[in-house]
Amino acid sequence: MSVSDNDKSVGLGRAGDIRVDLLEISKMVEPGSRVLDIGCGDGELLDILVNERGADARGLELSREGVSASVARGLSVVQGNADTDLVDYPSDGFDYVILSQTLQAMRDTRECLRQMLRIGKRTIVSFPNFGHWRVRLKLLLGGRMPETETLDLPWYNTPNIHLCTIRDFVNLCEDLGITIEQSYTFTHYGKLSSRSMPLWYTNLFGDQGLFVLSYDDDGLDEWIDDNPAGA
Amino acid sequence: MTTQGDTKNGSQSAAQVSLLRDVPFRLENGAALDEVEIAWQDYGTLNADKSNVVLLCHALTMDQYAAGTHPVTGKAGWWANMVGPGKVIDTDRFYVLCLNVLGSCLGSTGPLTIDPKTNKPMGINFPVITIGDMVRVQAAFLDQIGIDQLFCVVGGSMGGMQVLDWTARFPERVYSAIPIATAARHSAQNIAFDEVGRQAIMADPNWQGGAYYGTGKRPDAGLSVARMAAHITYLSEAGLHDKFGRELQDREAVTYGFDADFQVESYLRYQGNTFVDRFDANSYLYITRAMDYFDIAADHDGVLANAWRHTQTRFCVVSFTSDWLFPTSQSRDIVRALNAAAADVSFVEIESDKGHDSFLLDVPEFFDILRGFLDASAQRRGI
Repeated sequence: MSVSDNDKSVGLGRAGDIRVDLLEISKMVEPGSRVLDIGCGDGELLDILVNERGADARGLELSREGVSASVARGLSVVQGNADTDLVDYPSDGFDYVILSQTLQAMRDTRECLRQMLRIGKRTIVSFPNFGHWRVRLKLLLGGRMPETETLDLPWYNTPNIHLCTIRDFVNLCEDLGITIEQSYTFTHYGKLSSRSMPLWYTNLFGDQGLFVLSYDDDGLDEWIDDNPAGA
Repeated sequence: MTTQGDTKNGSQSAAQVSLLRDVPFRLENGAALDEVEIAWQDYGTLNADKSNVVLLCHALTMDQYAAGTHPVTGKAGWWANMVGPGKVIDTDRFYVLCLNVLGSCLGSTGPLTIDPKTNKPMGINFPVITIGDMVRVQAAFLDQIGIDQLFCVVGGSMGGMQVLDWTARFPERVYSAIPIATAARHSAQNIAFDEVGRQAIMADPNWQGGAYYGTGKRPDAGLSVARMAAHITYLSEAGLHDKFGRELQDREAVTYGFDADFQVESYLRYQGNTFVDRFDANSYLYITRAMDYFDIAADHDGVLANAWRHTQTRFCVVSFTSDWLFPTSQSRDIVRALNAAAADVSFVEIESDKGHDSFLLDVPEFFDILRGFLDASAQRRGI
């Protein structure tokens, strides 16, 4: 099974036929915006963005099957690898750059974040929370790599090479000077605004984190100097 | 001349040839042509606001008969599987035009054209042309028939080069573009293959410095070898293996001679021999040369993305896994530049073991992608 096949099976709660995090993300995008969806799969989110939000939305997808399906349904998607191809996109070319449930599969997480913040005025990131209590419990009591509804593949066959907790991600943003404009967590019971909940709570009970990020463009240059690509 | 209702879907009238009115036509090399004839074919019906025009750009040795049955050979047109009523490029919906390229020997002005001063074909005295010249002739023809904007420009291989040239040269005239199995510049390897073909032709004593017309001799042997060599580059190792392997041709054992023992030899000889009956050797020299000179970035300060700054055209770039003549890396170069120019671009590398020729064959995934892209573009364009 290839990485790309796995992307589709990163299991998440579903509302009807659409992943809940995708629905939430689509609502965050201002109508008519320019959007780049990285790791867009078969174009599920792009379709909503284009047809329901009137967005000028493009996709980048690793798998041939995903790209074919997307283009065949009329979406603008390029077959490529986010680890290497984001450098080709012009700065501030998009209003939003979206990376849903793919951050943990990126080879160079920080570089990926930097490129997204450079390309987009805002970056929307969602990822499975490795700090969820079920994950902690499985490792603590079972002594084995946790497999959950969200992380449903065995350790030897997972594309998720850079898993993190919500707290880890918040700390990374602080370290890199990234502004967290909005943050949410999803639990079994729905979406929670992190503003109303302490971090220890969301990090324990959130299945996944959803963040809207931005970065001061001047600072981005400094970051480039401090963190050369691939560092 | 009318452009509507001349032809019905699937059945063509005899060759339609138009004279360019805007002559002399200045070429990129500085020379000028006093007369330019364009052989063209159309399919479908032009709509009232002329927004449904699809221009097909053909490859090296093809002609204007893309769809239906070829009126001369009686065989299917080169893209008959793709173009026609209800097909991917649907002639019930689109008005499809295909023009024979400048420099060809299949209807448009080229080395076969009679020079009025000598009353003989121009042959090697024909000026060297470029892909840009081919495209500018097409644009002049469209001006003449009153078509301003193209809904889509489509083509593979050298046709793809024309598509790219169209989008860079006349961005406001191209709503969408599908460059297939092509490159923004001819690679050193491809120039090398072209040179082998040209040398084979020019080394044939019957070539006679290009002045073989009317002598009763043609450089058939040279042109045949050129075609054989080129034909290999259109296929793939896996494709050749699947088709022929090491199978012998009508014999039980090798003959320890230089007859065509192997099926693959026999096949190539056949390809070469039939080619000389439909193509002119000098035309082959000119058109391969035009491809050699193709380099879009060179015309834009060496930066390919500059060719597409501020473009509004929707692009769908397609390559094939087993194509080693125009490999996927060369399509990626195009996509990278389009991304840098913030263009609306889709790109897919399609799985096929049929090599470069895949773009002419029935590859379902390829058809699905083109259909999806055209449907979505047509919807946006309000067709």
